[in-house]
Amino acid sequence: MSQNGQPKLTVANATKYYDTGTGRVHALDDFSIEVQEGELACLLGPSGCGKSTLLWAMAGLHGLSSGEIRLDGKPVTKPNPQIAMVFQEANLLPWRNLIKNIELPFEIRGQRPDQARIDALLAEVGLTGFESKMPRELSGGMQQRASIVRALSVDPSLLLMDEPFGALDAFTRDEMNLLIQQIWMETRKTIVFITHNIAEAVFLADRVFVMSARPGRLARIFEIDLPRPRNLEIFMAPHFIELVGEIKGSIDHKPQVQAA
Amino acid sequence: MASVDRELRDKIPTFEKAGAADVGNWSSAASTLSILKGSRDVTLILVTAIIVFGGAELLLRLFEVPAYIAPTPSQVVWALITDFPYIGPHIGYTLIELLVGFSIGASIGFVLAAVITQFPLVEKIVAPYILLLVTTPMLALVPLLILKFGFGFTPRIIAVTLASGPMVMINAATGFRRTDLAKIALARSFGASTLQIFLKIRIPMAMPMVIVGLMIGSIFGLLTAVGAEMVGGSFGLGNRLTYYSSLIQMPQFFACILVLAVIGISIYVFFYWVGKKWASWES
Repeated sequence: MSQNGQPKLTVANATKYYDTGTGRVHALDDFSIEVQEGELACLLGPSGCGKSTLLWAMAGLHGLSSGEIRLDGKPVTKPNPQIAMVFQEANLLPWRNLIKNIELPFEIRGQRPDQARIDALLAEVGLTGFESKMPRELSGGMQQRASIVRALSVDPSLLLMDEPFGALDAFTRDEMNLLIQQIWMETRKTIVFITHNIAEAVFLADRVFVMSARPGRLARIFEIDLPRPRNLEIFMAPHFIELVGEIKGSIDHKPQVQAA
Repeated sequence: MASVDRELRDKIPTFEKAGAADVGNWSSAASTLSILKGSRDVTLILVTAIIVFGGAELLLRLFEVPAYIAPTPSQVVWALITDFPYIGPHIGYTLIELLVGFSIGASIGFVLAAVITQFPLVEKIVAPYILLLVTTPMLALVPLLILKFGFGFTPRIIAVTLASGPMVMINAATGFRRTDLAKIALARSFGASTLQIFLKIRIPMAMPMVIVGLMIGSIFGLLTAVGAEMVGGSFGLGNRLTYYSSLIQMPQFFACILVLAVIGISIYVFFYWVGKKWASWES
């Protein structure tokens, strides 16, 4: 929590409709949460529940039909230098090598790349020596690690992650979750992490925000009181399994049919 | 952190070193393989060429085919060497027409493609005319152009421009129409302007198709240049084809065709190389 007790990120009554070719889609309905400074928050929900819609709005990439997003008390209406995003699949530019991909945000902002910071991050995620490789030469996990370095290289205070490990195999996914925890414990950045994997959410989060199916609403909030650092054995711990079971039971799988 | 780190390495054997070695081995193995394959391919290509041309030479001599029906390969090469002072300048004229016409056509085509694909309505309105230009043989316009502009470079350059520009445009437009929303969102999330998104995302993404367009456009330009030269005027390789065939100087005639083939293949190889360099990420 910041000095004045104000949350890092506030989502107030977020509602969003999409106009598509086949009609109007009600993606988000009166969604409100507060994420505290330095918190690792997971947004969990079934596919198509509006998680990504919400995250893109947090990033200032698109607007809301009504409601407001605030970062440090100030409304977010366009992309903000304090916010960096990690996308589904790594979303590296295939025509640039790894280091050129990481330097993209600096290029866009007309700044000189922070070489020391980039080198330290590359070392931390184990990509030192791969700078000149093209994305297609890297494994899925390596690509996603590069995209995490890209997001962190500009030292944002809020990191948004949109189902970043959904396309990875289970082993790589565990590895990536450990890496996220490690980076988070070192930097204490505020992270909002989207996933539809309950175990992943419980493993990572301080709090898990469960969303209901379309239109996306906040269903429940779970505090995860597991001690840190959490290691992979925790997946077997009774309390972990209990939490996963409780969250599973709270997810409403039936999408509400509602005329919009 | 250290303990997490160690654990990570223990649990996942292919974390760092193994991965590095894999990629390294893979690329070095691949490059060795391609060199070996390359030299074997070259040998095969050369052997085939020797059989084709040697066989033609042999058969033409064996059956004593007169040179005005079909000259032997050696006669063609000999004609190219001895008559090069007469043929050489015409190569230059044709290349100038091609280069100037193609440069104008390709530039206009590229810019038009980049602009109109940003406005779907404009694209719908303009598309039929572009299609008309692509499908109509521009050679048909050459007599008209000659009436208006005379027998100089101008009508030919206009014909080359009209033949190559729309080809470049239609392919480049396909490239520019490919939109990857996630990549554009990525650039926007770092604060990119519309122009930056265009320069850093849309253009590189369109590049493979643009290069295909340039290749096809330049070949069409070459065909049109030669055709236009055959229709009228007194210079250029196309004109020489008409000239030598009217004199039944077949070795010289085929020497010009040989030159045209070399130009065409050079264009192809050049754009193949450009594609490898600038668009190899897509394959």
